[in-house]
Amino acid sequence: MSGSREGEMTMQTLGMGQAVNQALREEMARDSRIFLAGEGIGVGIHDSPMMPTAGLLEAFGPGRVKDTPVSEAAIAGLAVGAAAGGLRPVVEVMFNPFFTLASDMIINHAAKLRYLSGGKTRFPLVVRIKSGAGFGAGCQHSHNLEAWVAHCPGLKVVMPATPADAKGLLKSAIRDDNPVIFIEDMGLYFAPDAVPEDDYTIPIGKADIKRAGTDVTVVTWSKMLGVAMQAAEQLAGEGVDVEVVDLRTLTPLDSETILASVRKTGRLVVLHEATRTGGFAGEVAAVVMEQAFTDLKAPLRRVTGPDIPVPASPPLEQFYIPDAGQVVAAIREIV
Amino acid sequence: MTVSTQQRLEMLRTMLLARRFEETLTELCQQPDKIHGMMILATGQEAVGSGACAALSPADVIVTNHRSHHHLLARGADPKALMAEIFGRRTGCNKGKSGTLHLAVPEVNALCTTTVVGGGFPIATGLGFAQQYRGETAVTACFFGDGATSEGSFHEALNLAGLWRLPVVFVCENNRYAAAQGYDEHTPIESLATRADAYGMPGEQVDGNDAPAVFEVTRRARERALAGEGPTLIECMTYRWRGHGEGDPQRYQPAEEIAAWKARCPIERLSETLRARGELSDAELDDLRASTAAVVAEAVRFAEESPWPEPREALDDVWVA
Ligand SMILES: Cc1ncc(C[n+]2csc(CCOP(=O)(O)OP(=O)(O)O)c2C)c(N)n1
Ligand SMILES: [Mg+2]
Repeated sequence: MSGSREGEMTMQTLGMGQAVNQALREEMARDSRIFLAGEGIGVGIHDSPMMPTAGLLEAFGPGRVKDTPVSEAAIAGLAVGAAAGGLRPVVEVMFNPFFTLASDMIINHAAKLRYLSGGKTRFPLVVRIKSGAGFGAGCQHSHNLEAWVAHCPGLKVVMPATPADAKGLLKSAIRDDNPVIFIEDMGLYFAPDAVPEDDYTIPIGKADIKRAGTDVTVVTWSKMLGVAMQAAEQLAGEGVDVEVVDLRTLTPLDSETILASVRKTGRLVVLHEATRTGGFAGEVAAVVMEQAFTDLKAPLRRVTGPDIPVPASPPLEQFYIPDAGQVVAAIREIV
Repeated sequence: MTVSTQQRLEMLRTMLLARRFEETLTELCQQPDKIHGMMILATGQEAVGSGACAALSPADVIVTNHRSHHHLLARGADPKALMAEIFGRRTGCNKGKSGTLHLAVPEVNALCTTTVVGGGFPIATGLGFAQQYRGETAVTACFFGDGATSEGSFHEALNLAGLWRLPVVFVCENNRYAAAQGYDEHTPIESLATRADAYGMPGEQVDGNDAPAVFEVTRRARERALAGEGPTLIECMTYRWRGHGEGDPQRYQPAEEIAAWKARCPIERLSETLRARGELSDAELDDLRASTAAVVAEAVRFAEESPWPEPREALDDVWVA
């Protein structure tokens, strides 16, 4: 949501899980072809109303909210087949690392079968993936794999940073006729924020400037938006004016917004929680180097998780997750 | 062969140890900021770990999963190193990298623990292959839940193990739930043991709250494996007393069901048997309880007094130097 539209709308305060929940509810009410499937999405081990599928089984019944066995490949394949068969599946992967079990169906099939058909088939499906570090479970539960899916032509990759964006983007994802990977950082489920009550969509493929500034551009997405905003606040006190670009969608990438911002500020930091080597920051950096090289006043910087699996012990996990201090330090190096 | 008194007493001891260890973790989880992350316990399922591990030799390998404390303790893992790992301390068996969910204890041949449901099956197949390849007198025991059999990896790995007659004992801990999902809600057949037919191996269902029974069936499976006759699928019928993890309000588990299974406590059962046979006095049972409790208390003290890892130690252990 852009700031100006918010003024005209009635707002509510929701966590990202609740915003996702609202989008699912409204879309399911609108279109009977939409069904949900996943592990524990109906009857779960969590009681919290902050979780994204809370109450949906009660609202839509077991015909449309399908609790599945622990079978990620079958869940993903169910989505591919049901989409080909005329339904609009929204399936859930409980934690990002388990996407690897679903990945054959998504990467080798959802992303390729339309192309292989010469454009004659379509796969309107959404895979919602819960992601993020910070809950002490270690690397088989916390592993941000967005760059893996972004590397795969035929998939759109959406990673909202705010509840309001999540609601509008999920609606767009559900209405899209292509496979969309929709990645939700679980930390954001418990960070309530303003969400318009209206039925609105936010276009996939559009970044959003969450903070305008003139001295340096920070490009980020998902939970790291909060870290970027914290760093920007801190530097504002030192007279450094940071522009924060929230990508919201990784593919298709909104190069225009990134390039316009970098042309204005002449400096770039890319921030993500995922590990560094092969991370999506490299793609953002390459776009800028190819198209705005001469606008750069200083070398760009990446602030990312280090190239290690996410460790479980609190001090180790904290070391893994990028913080505002690292962003401030990176910016100071180049302004 | 029958189960010796000494073996029964050892199974009772490891069950008491696991029970005390996990009841202590339940208490610690209720205190603020003691334990971080998820806490998944096998309270009530101790006979599976104790019975199966009692039938293994030290050279055998085990593969375990997210619900591993009872397997590892029965295998002889150091309770202090386990507890310190669960606390996230540097002295933990995995230096804080793992926490409770993927406790690897190579010292007792628990080489590959995975919290990815179904991840253990193909790995156990590989471990069994290595044992067969090197002509070792050893088998691999793979522990997993009822829910894990819904993963494709179960079917691929058991087929391969059956085909190549690998020395693997697949020990299913059927505790009637996969997270919030009841057995009947995830599997359309009555017994998982019958799936063994499809992969050319024997399948046996056993009372999973009867440690000597689990011991017997595991020992037979191990002997088959060592004789070159291939893998066995064992289905241990048991029950998860607590929620999937601590903090799970267990809304989907009927109170009467929990009560009925608590009445079939594997520890009570074995201690009754031993007493009836005149192999255990009340005083000896008290001693066993006291000594296992002391081991757990010492483990908690050790964990609490242990240092945190230095943040930069996160960078270590990715690579073999
Ligand atoms: C591949 C994968 N999918 C989902 C999960 C989340 N999860 C952890 S345990 C569990 C249930 C497993 O049930 P079961 O195999 O019966 O083992 P139990 O927990 O009952 O011991 C689930 C779904 C996971 N860890 N890995
Ligand atoms: Mg189970």
